[in-house]
This record gives sequence, C-alpha cells and structure tokens, in this order.
Amino acid sequence: HLATSLPLPSERDHFRPRIDLIVFMIDIKSKYSLKNVEASLAYVDASFFLGKVCFLVTGVGRVNACSIDMNAVCKLGETYCSPVLFCELELEGIRVATAQRLLRMLQICAGHIPGVSALSFVSLMRKSDDD
Amino acid sequence: ENVDPQKTAFLLRKAWTLYSVTPLYRFHRARLRDYARLLSAFIAAEKQKGLAVEVGVELDIKVAVSSLADLRGSEQDQAAVLVQLSLRSRASSRNSEDKLVWLGWFCSMYGDDLSENVPEDFTCLPLFLTHGAESYTSMVGSWFQKTFDCCFRRLAISPLNLSWMVAMWAGCKLDRAASAVELVFSMPRLSQPLDISYAIHPEDAKALWDTVQKTPGEITQEEVDVFMDCLYAHFHRHFKIHLSAAKLVKVSTVVASAHCDGIVKILHSQYLPGVLMLLTELAISQIQ
Repeated sequence: HLATSLPLPSERDHFRPRIDLIVFMIDIKSKYSLKNVEASLAYVDASFFLGKVCFLVTGVGRVNACSIDMNAVCKLGETYCSPVLFCELELEGIRVATAQRLLRMLQICAGHIPGVSALSFVSLMRKSDDD
Repeated sequence: ENVDPQKTAFLLRKAWTLYSVTPLYRFHRARLRDYARLLSAFIAAEKQKGLAVEVGVELDIKVAVSSLADLRGSEQDQAAVLVQLSLRSRASSRNSEDKLVWLGWFCSMYGDDLSENVPEDFTCLPLFLTHGAESYTSMVGSWFQKTFDCCFRRLAISPLNLSWMVAMWAGCKLDRAASAVELVFSMPRLSQPLDISYAIHPEDAKALWDTVQKTPGEITQEEVDVFMDCLYAHFHRHFKIHLSAAKLVKVSTVVASAHCDGIVKILHSQYLPGVLMLLTELAISQIQ
C-alpha cells in the first residue's frame, strides 16, 4: 500500500489489513520529502518503532543533486531506533536488490520467519557502546 | 589575508567555471617562466594537430604563468598561480596589445585539511577557476595533468551547498544599495523544463538571517535549514508551491552568485577570501 503522507484516511480503516512494516521514503533531491516524513512520523503508533519502521533514502546515486543534510537523516534513524537504507531507484540492479531486502524485512515483521521477529532489528540498531 | 583589492580586481565580475584539482607533483614556483614556455609549445602543437580548433582562431598564443602572492589564506596555503593565454597581436605597431583570450588560476584558501596530509613534493592548490573557451581549458588542463600528474574534475555544487551559500551571503553587511537575493529552482519531472525565480529584497533577506543566526561568525546546518524553511513557507503561502520539492540550481546575492553546474561570479572584493574559502572546501571534499 502506498501513501503520500500519514495519517491514512480513517474512512478505510475497517478495510485495511494489519500493517506489518512501514517504509518511509526520503528522496535525497527533495527537502520536502524529508519534511513530509518527519510530519508523518507523528501519526505512527509507538509500537511500530519496535522494528516495524524503516527509512529508505532514494536517489543516492546523484550526490550532486543532494538537497538534504545526511546527518539529519541518520539522526532520524537513531531517534526512532529504525534502520536507514540507501538506494538508487534508477539503477535496476540496486532497485531489485532493495526490493528483495524490504521483502525479507517484511517477512520477518509479519512473523513468517520462525525464530526471528521484528524485535531483532531493534537489537541490531543498538550501538555496541550501549552495552 | 590582506589581499590588495587592486591586484584582485580582475577576478571580480567574471563567470568562473570551477574544477577540483588533486595535488601537483614536483611543481616548482621558481620555474613558472619555463612552464609558460612549455605550455605555449604544447598549445601550438595541439593546434597543429588540428585539435580543439575554433574557426577563425589565431594560432599564435602567448602564455604567461605568474604567482599571486597575496591570494592565500593560512600560512600553509600555497599562493595562487595564474595562467593567462593571449593572442599575439599580428600588427607590428607597438600600440597594439595582446588580446587576453583565456584566464585560469589555481588557488587554496585555508586548504589545510588537504595540505596537512600530503607528502613532500606535492603542491596543494585544490581549486581551479577558468574563464574563456572550453577548448583552451581542455588544453591547459591536459598539459597540467601530463606534467604534474594531477587530475581535474568539474566541481558541481549541490542544492544543499547552494543553500549554505545563499544563507551566508544574504547575511553579509551591505554598505551600499544591493541587488536582490535571487534563488532559481528547477521543477522536477515535467515534460518541459520549468524554472522558478524567487527574488527577495536584500534587506529582508538579511533581516531574516539576522534573526536566525545565533552566534556571529558561526553558521550551523540548523540555521541554514530554518532560513530556507522560512523562504519556502513564505512562497508556499502565496503560491501554494512547495519549493522544497524542487531543485535549487542557482543563487545570486550582492556578494556572489553560484550555479549548480559549478559556475560562480564574485562581485565584492571584501568577500573574495570568504567565497574562495568555501569553494576550496568544496573542492577538497570532492578530491577526498
């Protein structure tokens, strides 16, 4: 399911299946996309931040068109305890690999992989000097 | 940092194309005259080969290579090196002057990050600025690359860096009537190119920056973001367009103007070192 921003329209709430993973897409060329994501995060229930949220930064192949501060994006990942993935959608190989990665994450979040749950992502996010 | 404005006046109000240059190997300042001679011979040979020929361009190019002693920032910076290409005047009369056809200069303004980490025998002049035909730039660049084993790359300026520039320069003290602060955005994903030019009264821009900047002399990414967000919000209020989703391609202030393709024009001698320092930093991050 694709949405340009959150919250999702409430009229369709009872039709909506369970949400297992939320991928926030940030376009490196658009400051607006980062602002949109930051605003949408406020509408996400806290329970999602236990491994069911990830940030996908697109357009990283064109560093010269960069309109956003990468430190801000990494800080976003740290603040919300969620992984930040980078990809370039214009390159087919990377696009396919990224899609496969997301699919794998989704399978874990939906509980389809025995022995691994979304909480595993959270423990991977913790820095080694936290311990 | 006391740059004589008379000596650097020729640098102002010209559109300079920017390049980053890796350190030059075995570049000796004492040999500038020799280099001029060698480069001149190289250019003559290239023209003979029929390369880089422009219709109607004369064959006789005179090369001058000189040092701009004052144009540097820190003690560790190398002084700038200027290369001038002129057409030797055909007429024999002493009044006729050689016509300057191309200018290029290497510069380092507080480029300590690079020069500190480089072995001896290397000269760090990471910023290269050119003005004149691309064919001459390409010949001069080739000769330097062959002679000093260095590498030139066009220096593009990202929208993020352009927003730093406009925030910094819009905040500069204005001692006389100034031109508008202008930002040009290119709208994405349209079948026909569309540019939006957003012009702001320079006093308004400076007033905005003054409310945003907390410590004079220091600028943070957050402050630049707040400044830009105010401009975007103002525009959205009036036109319902999110400029933050477009690509910032050019900024213009009374101090200087810069284009994302790596073209700058410096308009105020007082801010020449500041602008060069910023450009040196960009050049160094492209090299590293």
